[in-house]
Amino acid sequence: MRKTWLTPGGVHPPENKQQSLTQPIGELPIPDRLVVPLSQHIGAPSIACVKVGDCVLKGQKIADSAGSVSVAVHAPTSGTITAIEARPVAHSSGMTAPCIEISNDGLDQWIASEGIADFEHTSPSALLSVITEAGIAGMGGAGFPTAVKLNPGFQRPIDTLIINATECEPYITADDALIRERAEEIIEGVRILSHILGNPSNILIGIEDNKPEAIAALRPHIQDTGISLVSFPTKYPSGGEKQLIYILTGKELPSGQIPADIGTVCVNIGTIYAIKRAVVDAQPLISRVTTVTGKACAINRNYNVLIGTAVSHLLQHNNFDQQACSRVVMGGPMMGFSLTSEDVPIVKTSNCILAPIYQEIPEDEPAQPCIRCGMCAEVCPASLLPQQLFWYSQAKDHDRLQAHNLFDCIECGACSYVCPSNIPLVQYYRNSKGEIKTAQQEKVKSDHARERFEFHKQRIEQAEQEREAKRAARREAAKQAKSTTAGSGSAADIVAAAQARAAAKKLNPEQQQAKLERAVASAEMRTQKAQEKLDSATANNDTEEKLNVFSAALTAAQQKLDQAKARLAEHK
Amino acid sequence: MAFKQITSPHAHAAQNTAKVMQLVLWSTIPGLLALSWHFGWGALINILLATITAVLSEALIIKLRKRSVRFYLSDYSAVVTAVLLGLALPPLCPWWVVVTGSLFSIVIAKQLFGGLGYNPFNPAMVGYVVLLISFPVQMTTWVTPLALLPEGISHPDIIESFRIVLGVSIPVDGVTGATPLDSFKYALGLTADQIYQQDPLFSRAKFASVGWEWVNLGFLVGGIIMLASRLFTWHGPVAMLATLALLSVIFWDGGSSQSPGSPLMHLLSGASMMGAFFILTDPVSSAVSNRGRLVYGALIGFLVYIIRAWGNYPDAVAFAVLLANFSAPLIDNYTLPRTYGHTDRRRATEKVED
Ligand code: SF4
Ligand code: SF4
Repeated sequence: MRKTWLTPGGVHPPENKQQSLTQPIGELPIPDRLVVPLSQHIGAPSIACVKVGDCVLKGQKIADSAGSVSVAVHAPTSGTITAIEARPVAHSSGMTAPCIEISNDGLDQWIASEGIADFEHTSPSALLSVITEAGIAGMGGAGFPTAVKLNPGFQRPIDTLIINATECEPYITADDALIRERAEEIIEGVRILSHILGNPSNILIGIEDNKPEAIAALRPHIQDTGISLVSFPTKYPSGGEKQLIYILTGKELPSGQIPADIGTVCVNIGTIYAIKRAVVDAQPLISRVTTVTGKACAINRNYNVLIGTAVSHLLQHNNFDQQACSRVVMGGPMMGFSLTSEDVPIVKTSNCILAPIYQEIPEDEPAQPCIRCGMCAEVCPASLLPQQLFWYSQAKDHDRLQAHNLFDCIECGACSYVCPSNIPLVQYYRNSKGEIKTAQQEKVKSDHARERFEFHKQRIEQAEQEREAKRAARREAAKQAKSTTAGSGSAADIVAAAQARAAAKKLNPEQQQAKLERAVASAEMRTQKAQEKLDSATANNDTEEKLNVFSAALTAAQQKLDQAKARLAEHK
Repeated sequence: MAFKQITSPHAHAAQNTAKVMQLVLWSTIPGLLALSWHFGWGALINILLATITAVLSEALIIKLRKRSVRFYLSDYSAVVTAVLLGLALPPLCPWWVVVTGSLFSIVIAKQLFGGLGYNPFNPAMVGYVVLLISFPVQMTTWVTPLALLPEGISHPDIIESFRIVLGVSIPVDGVTGATPLDSFKYALGLTADQIYQQDPLFSRAKFASVGWEWVNLGFLVGGIIMLASRLFTWHGPVAMLATLALLSVIFWDGGSSQSPGSPLMHLLSGASMMGAFFILTDPVSSAVSNRGRLVYGALIGFLVYIIRAWGNYPDAVAFAVLLANFSAPLIDNYTLPRTYGHTDRRRATEKVED
């Protein structure tokens, strides 16, 4: 047995995992329409490479990855593109985002492609681009592009590859089911990863001891592979990346650093399975295993769900009882977020749809005062003092919040879970984090503005000095001239000479008109450009802030144009 | 279809503040039983009077503050304060002592500071100290333990007890007397051993002093129940008792006439156990982190001992707790836990550079 380390805190909520594990992973009928969001990962949203009306095959790329931190998106089934527009997506704020809608043609016809059977003789960089092109982003929750994670660069050699099979949240069994049924493919995926990372010396699969079937399924496949299967006692949140690294290696990830900084890469089971599929079978990420559970659904089980399937489709096929349901959660009961609409699509990170009844997860009770009982601090896996954070969060005391390491809070919810006063602690922390970030951005902005202002002031002062110097020089020159021309020239001569100089500087009417015409033309061009920018921003659904900036720029350009035109008319 | 937006976590443990408070109340029962057995009905009457006063005054204040009376009363915190005060007051003390103390605890020490969670001082102890300073005579007259009652005299029955409390009757001679800590303190010129042999309060005791030892053991049992149900961590109580024991061993002095008393006497007399498990574990007014609570507990143990040994008051838990309440923010400042991913612990008041 390998040694494991014990994390502080943690809670043991009822697991509620058995109900969704009674049947194998199922398939659902393909819905008539699939809505695939362009941004299912962290980083730049993918760029659509199809048009409305195009016919696509299953697995065909419909959006390109945009830049280095991004991934591609593929058609989950064959059909016609019927819309590319903003739709409601699964997000805690219930927002809309650009999506591609595909109308299913009922054929479910795959695009022809060929996989890499011999990955060991393929260069890591080629495999990484396969992974990006297959649209793979972390499927455990955050959705960080996997190829970026697997390519930490020379200065960060990786000696430990951690496979996160913890799945510590109650109710969710997607990874468990996947391991039970596809253990061999998962281990093949691990070998691909190991090859990409230059065969790190430690390859550890971390799994909680409440999944004996999954452990038994993996065992035969890791014989003589150098992969260690490490099981440890079940406790929430052992599956947090920082917690798992500590449990398996005894190393703490220093605050503000990423695992690669300490030579570690952490990948979750779903992602590994997707990598194997992409590399060996040439199947891009177009489906994932999602747990549908909670007593408001008559059937609880795991499904292989096409990305873009509406949550309502899943619920209906499991005899969802909306009356009895207290909320619909995407993700687990500890960290998932409740959906405001069931029309949102399943995305690459949707590991669970939880539809509990009121007896299972009742309405939140009103919060009582904090009695500082410290139960929250007892369970915090990051060794924070949640009650103090709560106190300072209420007081908006940003300094204290940061001194109490607010940003090391992983929002696991263990503190709120135990709080006897029902205080929604995590909500306070999220708000405060947001506020502090905004304040910092404002500060950066105002710093910039101040710098700009100071620079401007300096320039004005400099110009003033130069002018002063010139004036002094002229005075000097005039004095000298006076003394030298005293006698020979008269004041009248000087005036005449000055007039002549001014006349020479003045343009003749034709030149003047040409100049004004040029000004009008360039103002026209600028106006046009501003208009284009605004249009494209509107089409891209940019933030309101940006739209405001562009429209302000447009108005300014138009005003300039009007002025230039007016001056030209005047001249004529 | 639209659903309500609810933030995570969605699951919640079955614990709630009212249950926490109820468990505290249940845990006082062993101590209360011992008190009643050895000292008669007085403790129960104290609790009754204190609770009625506390609940009524709390309700009144909540009403004045225009909050929901039902919601705020249902956390049971006023009852806990009242019960603790009732347990600490001398049995059979006049009713107005109890009522004044209870009013002071709830109205001044708790509600004026903003109610539950906002009070910097332990309300029951504020009430107790105010009474001790204002009515020293009533507050230092204790009922004689059952085992030491003179021949033919017993504790007054419940009716008679009420009459005494209401002032219509006075207790029979011999029913009241000094507390062991008192007797010990004012038995000048005798060595500790002599006192222990001569004073029946000590000589007829099993471990420390008659009656008191059982009351303390009762509170110890209650404390262990609460510890086992994880209402609080061991840090505060253990630090306090350990410090108290350590100091009384160091200064035990072989039992000379200067000796402040034996370790067992200090651990099992007065309010030692009640203080350790029911008073200093009041989370609102204590330090917040586990390390902080170690320091906080040790500070109380230290103060209790020096006040008992060299101060003017025979027992000192209330003063010690209030002094430690004062220092809690300071202790907190230096005892933040080390957060995951940080090499050092930080100060609570550290300025952030950005
Ligand atoms: S668990 Fe809740 S009531 Fe207890 S200290 Fe933490 S926030 Fe306060
Ligand atoms: S949500 Fe944050 S403060 Fe609360 S237990 Fe988790 S890490 Fe600690």
